[in-house]
Amino acid sequence: MTTLYGLLGAALVGIGLFGLLVRTDPLLRILAFNLMGGGIFLVFGTVARRGAGAGFAADPVPQAIILTGIVVAFAATTLAVALVVRIAAADQARDGTTDAP
Amino acid sequence: MTAWGALPMLAVMLPVLGMVLALPAGARGAERITLALLPVGIALAIGTAAAVQASGAPLVHLLGHWAPPLGLAFRADGLAAAMLVTAALVVTAVALFARADFGTAAGAPEARTAFAFWPLLLALWGAINLAVVATDLFTLYVALELLTFAAMPLVCLSGTRATLEAALRYLMFALLGSVLYLLGIGFIYGAYGTLDVVLLSDLARAELPTYVAVALMTAGLLAKTALLPLHLWLPPAHAGAPPAASAILSALVVKGSFVILVRLWFGVMPGLAAPAAAQVLGALGAAAILLGSVAALRQERLKLLVAYSTVAQIGYLFLMFPLLVAAPGHEAYAAKAWTGGVLQAVSHAFAKAAMFLAAGLIAVRIGQDRIAGLAGAARLLPVPVLAFGLAGLSLMGVPPSGGFAAKWLLLTSAIEAGQWWWALVILGGGLLTGGYVYRVMAGALTGDGTQPALRRPDKREKIVLALAVVSVVLGLLPLAAFGLVQVGRLDLAP
Repeated sequence: MTTLYGLLGAALVGIGLFGLLVRTDPLLRILAFNLMGGGIFLVFGTVARRGAGAGFAADPVPQAIILTGIVVAFAATTLAVALVVRIAAADQARDGTTDAP
Repeated sequence: MTAWGALPMLAVMLPVLGMVLALPAGARGAERITLALLPVGIALAIGTAAAVQASGAPLVHLLGHWAPPLGLAFRADGLAAAMLVTAALVVTAVALFARADFGTAAGAPEARTAFAFWPLLLALWGAINLAVVATDLFTLYVALELLTFAAMPLVCLSGTRATLEAALRYLMFALLGSVLYLLGIGFIYGAYGTLDVVLLSDLARAELPTYVAVALMTAGLLAKTALLPLHLWLPPAHAGAPPAASAILSALVVKGSFVILVRLWFGVMPGLAAPAAAQVLGALGAAAILLGSVAALRQERLKLLVAYSTVAQIGYLFLMFPLLVAAPGHEAYAAKAWTGGVLQAVSHAFAKAAMFLAAGLIAVRIGQDRIAGLAGAARLLPVPVLAFGLAGLSLMGVPPSGGFAAKWLLLTSAIEAGQWWWALVILGGGLLTGGYVYRVMAGALTGDGTQPALRRPDKREKIVLALAVVSVVLGLLPLAAFGLVQVGRLDLAP
């Protein structure tokens, strides 16, 4: 079961990395970044379940890292989305339209 | 825990505390808090360096008295102490310079950019201090993210569409870098059950997971350090940023991830370093030196020329990797490579801050920053042009500047290590650097001389000149003073 989670995490990381490197639309890249982050958190969860190197039954440290990582990823996402919104607003002001870009 | 171990901890806490206090204090209050904290921060940094130098051992502080692997430690070795002092001095100079742009005069209404600038400057200062003293790989990840989150808004302070695009591009590179780094952390923790660099230096084994983890983290950190070919975010980020933000970005932000990379290569995996991978890093550095300098030569805007010069100068930092990795058992030239690399980071920080601030003064005074339109600048702005020239000497590596000492140490180390090809790159890079500095100076020094010398003295000129003089004077320090940066090298631990 743990291996399955690890493989799923790896698959998410792969998909996210592909999106981040290949896509050009900012919103898609932000989503890809979050997908990749989700995959990494799954990998951390697998590490925690395996008891890591410390030999615990279930290691709490990777879980704490996941929590902090989620906060950081959320902050990064808000910053990136705020920038995308500002750019869209600048485009609208330039074109003088109210349509979505 | 060592005596004086609280000094680096306070150096991290002080700017963070200042930032928290500055947020509700408004633009004027934030400016006052920043200016009040600067001398304290310098004292803490110099105190740390003095304590490290005097004791000859790193200062260690255990947060909450919990030792790793259970707790977190702050460890200020020579490299950290040198970077703390550099950061404190550069932040001070930039803050004093920025008062003209982001200061709030008595009675004037508070501007949005001013309110954003001062807390961001403090946040950046705290993040860079954390990045150089933390020993936990995950704490370093948090420091990296704080650096990015503080630097990114500085890039787009003016709020124009071009700067927003540049900031988004920077953020995308930085986010890619940070997720790769985080994935590497997962592998390291899974393999060894700890993330403390000092503990890992004993534990790390030459196994596939370690190599994959270090490769992922290295790729991530290269994106943040803007090493070629991952430098694509850096020139546009500088193009529209205010001079103060450019100076901080080039001088300090890219150095934070560089220090973490050094910790990773020569802290986590000193015994299992891969010579082939180190040669690749060195080759990327060499490519950055040559291509970055050529790109700088071809720029038409002064600010972009200085930005591409940063791409090139970052390349020099990576020449220390192949020299150190090849060195086990050859302490003499390894020590030279280490000192040369660190000195390059420090002298480039001062020289590049001086260059960006000088370029800012020149652009404001003559109303544009095209190199073709610089004629007569030396008559209008003798002090900034002089500062630009002095900083250029340091970047070229002309004796007796700090850049000369750094490049000379790397050069002799390369020859002693039998890796003469890096020596050629260093010499070629110096010539190309001379070329683009000459382009600017030749433009600024021409003019028919009939122009009246309309000097408008500006006290910011003194700050710029002081930074340039520091970058040169670093080369006059006796070599014994550089013993500081050798203190606490983890790759030498028995």
